[in-house]
Amino acid sequence: MLYFSKLRIVFITIFSLLFVLIASSNLFKFDDGFFDKKINLGLDLQGGSYLLLEIDNEPVIEQKLQNLSTTFRNFFKSKDIRLNNIKIDNQNIFFNVTEENKQKVIDIFQDENSQINPYYPRFKSHQLEIEDLGLNLKINFSRQGLINLKTSSQDQAIEIVRRRVDEVGTNEPNILKRGNNRILVELPGLDDPMRIKSLLGKTANLTFRFVTQNADERFGVEKLEYEDGTPAVNVSKRIIISGENLLDAQPKMDTQNNQTIVSFTLDRVGAKRFGKATSAGIGKQLAIVLDGKIISAPVVRDTIASGAGQISGGFTFQSATDLALLLRSGALPAPLEIIEERTVGPDLGQDSINAGMIALAIGFLLVIIFMFVKYRFFGLITNVTLIINLFILLGILTLFEATLTLPGIAGIILTVGMAVDANVLIFERIKEELKDETNNILAFDGGYTKSRTAIIDANITTLLAAVILFFMGSGPVKGFAVTLGVGIFTTLFSVYFIARLFTSFYVAKNKNKGKLI
Amino acid sequence: MVAFNKYYNHFNFLSSALIIISLLLLIFKGLNFGIDFKGGTLIELRSNDEKINVSSLRDKFRQMNLGDISVKKFGSDNDFLIKFENKDNKKNIIEEIKINLDKSFGNNYDFRRVENVGPKVSAELLKSGVIAISLSLAIMLIYIWVRFEWQFSLGAILALFHDVIVTLGVFSLFSLEINLSIVAAVLTIVGYSMNDTVVIFDRVRENLRKYSDIKIFELTNISINETLSRTIITSATTLLALLAIYFFGGEILKGFSLAMILGVVFGTYSSIYIANTVLVRLRVSQKTVLREDDSK
Repeated sequence: MLYFSKLRIVFITIFSLLFVLIASSNLFKFDDGFFDKKINLGLDLQGGSYLLLEIDNEPVIEQKLQNLSTTFRNFFKSKDIRLNNIKIDNQNIFFNVTEENKQKVIDIFQDENSQINPYYPRFKSHQLEIEDLGLNLKINFSRQGLINLKTSSQDQAIEIVRRRVDEVGTNEPNILKRGNNRILVELPGLDDPMRIKSLLGKTANLTFRFVTQNADERFGVEKLEYEDGTPAVNVSKRIIISGENLLDAQPKMDTQNNQTIVSFTLDRVGAKRFGKATSAGIGKQLAIVLDGKIISAPVVRDTIASGAGQISGGFTFQSATDLALLLRSGALPAPLEIIEERTVGPDLGQDSINAGMIALAIGFLLVIIFMFVKYRFFGLITNVTLIINLFILLGILTLFEATLTLPGIAGIILTVGMAVDANVLIFERIKEELKDETNNILAFDGGYTKSRTAIIDANITTLLAAVILFFMGSGPVKGFAVTLGVGIFTTLFSVYFIARLFTSFYVAKNKNKGKLI
Repeated sequence: MVAFNKYYNHFNFLSSALIIISLLLLIFKGLNFGIDFKGGTLIELRSNDEKINVSSLRDKFRQMNLGDISVKKFGSDNDFLIKFENKDNKKNIIEEIKINLDKSFGNNYDFRRVENVGPKVSAELLKSGVIAISLSLAIMLIYIWVRFEWQFSLGAILALFHDVIVTLGVFSLFSLEINLSIVAAVLTIVGYSMNDTVVIFDRVRENLRKYSDIKIFELTNISINETLSRTIITSATTLLALLAIYFFGGEILKGFSLAMILGVVFGTYSSIYIANTVLVRLRVSQKTVLREDDSK
């Protein structure tokens, strides 16, 4: 156990130096692409905002069922089957058919190659399930159908969230999917997430629709309220243009009335429809509706064929900027709810870094002094090893650009405390060996060999705990699991290669000097 | 040699009492869950105005009707920790609070930290915390079962349960807050306690093979003594590191390091007085380990 070949010594030295170098790249600036890696600081250390958003898919499901029911009615009409009393309730479609058509309808839905109920060939499950309730038939989304719907609305939503966050221009935001209906947004350096929160809280569904007195219009009407509290009016459900038709939107100052507006340009289809509608509707009020509320409802005075227009509505410059941003980035498929928020101010982050570093320095010092007092020369060896161990640990975290959190720093300090364990196990064993063995080399060799199982057992148990924590823990706690887990490997390396190397040199030189430890 | 075995019965009695008291506390008093597990809002506020103190803050927050509120000093004299239920899960609650506080205190404060955990998330965090702890216990059980004979496994697991239950019992007794970092601490305690037990067990097994004529009662004592200086040194350095975190690592790590300190103390104690006494009570002998060797 005490023999080291030259090659091995060279390898250990190079390896240790390499990690010392990598670790030091956190302090100095290297511009060579390899040593310029740095440990990432977690949001709890650098300050920032963590937002977990949940997509409310209910409106999407309702909308989708609404569309499907129309599709079904038309589809079965072409087959001479009438669907009666179609209604949507609690995420189900209900309808009646005559008794002789019932089986036909069910068969069409359950056919593996059904035109109106897809997915079977791909997922071995239909998109929709049909059930005969006796009086009527019930259709609802299958598990697979719901999964697909959720994933696709998550895909759309994350895209829009990314655009909105990018538009605000925070530095290096991190936007990730969580499960199939959540989105995680991490915003480093942002200490007041208010603006982002309000931007993400809006669906930004924009429509232009005519105000109507006529309550039984062909497309239906609904009563909508104004954003500013003006009494509600009836608005047609017919959509002239929607947010999808916008090419661009910008906040502007209207010099005539001295008010802030949002000017927009429409795509080709939108411009055509807008032109047609405005020429037909001169004198009528055109309501601009955002998320179910009327922003303003100007009277159409002229045909607008240029495909450009403007929205006024008593905006401040900030609210006009936000509205333009929302319109440019597009509508969310479904409302988002912020279900978890954690924000740390940058000065608290800095305080945590300072406190963590002081604790690390003091903990380190205490352990080093203790070991020196207890073991003298071998304590010194342990301490040098401990320092190199710390560098290797930081080097690995740097190499993988791991995220260091406050609990992560605690993990490093704890590693310092527990890292001496292996050396202590070895030294204590050597002491025991020396009780009835006068040959130092044999005693040291025996000490290393016989303590090995205990050391490995002991480290595996801690490693298991760290691994579980890594997979089950969230955020800052994960950082603890990382440093604790990596610390175990670096500790074993430094104990078995570095400390043992020092020890073997010392023992080889002083083998005839009586009990060495 | 220290005669640890003289007190096996006494300390077994003490441990049983501690476990029962802890369980009673956990059942009847329960744990003081933080917002991570209970849901709600937490604000860490720093003031630079003497008018802002615990009672003036409490008054202000009471007026806002936020449900259950707690206001306490947090570390220094001008830092405060405010927690409330946010029962209706209001959306722009932080803004409302800022507007309200601005009215009475002007600009003489700022929010250093804001955490808001919705009811759904807190329920999930609680569930995953419980799963993580149970999973770690289960994996340790499997590990030790593969490595040692069943009598040893039972001893180690009893020691583990003792450490986790009594640590949580102390948290319950003093109404200390349980949050995500406490779960991390408990998991680390599980690892540490196991580590400590395994080192002694390794020695017990080695000695069992070596001496056929020494009874387990004596043999455990020999093994504990042989590993005693290691036990003391490792616990000491670990505790030194943890004390450094507790006193210098800032308020946020206080609960975590306290749980760990308790865990290390209980873990060291239980390796000696629970794990080993199980071996004695199960009358482990040389046969136990030799039989296992034959079958391997």
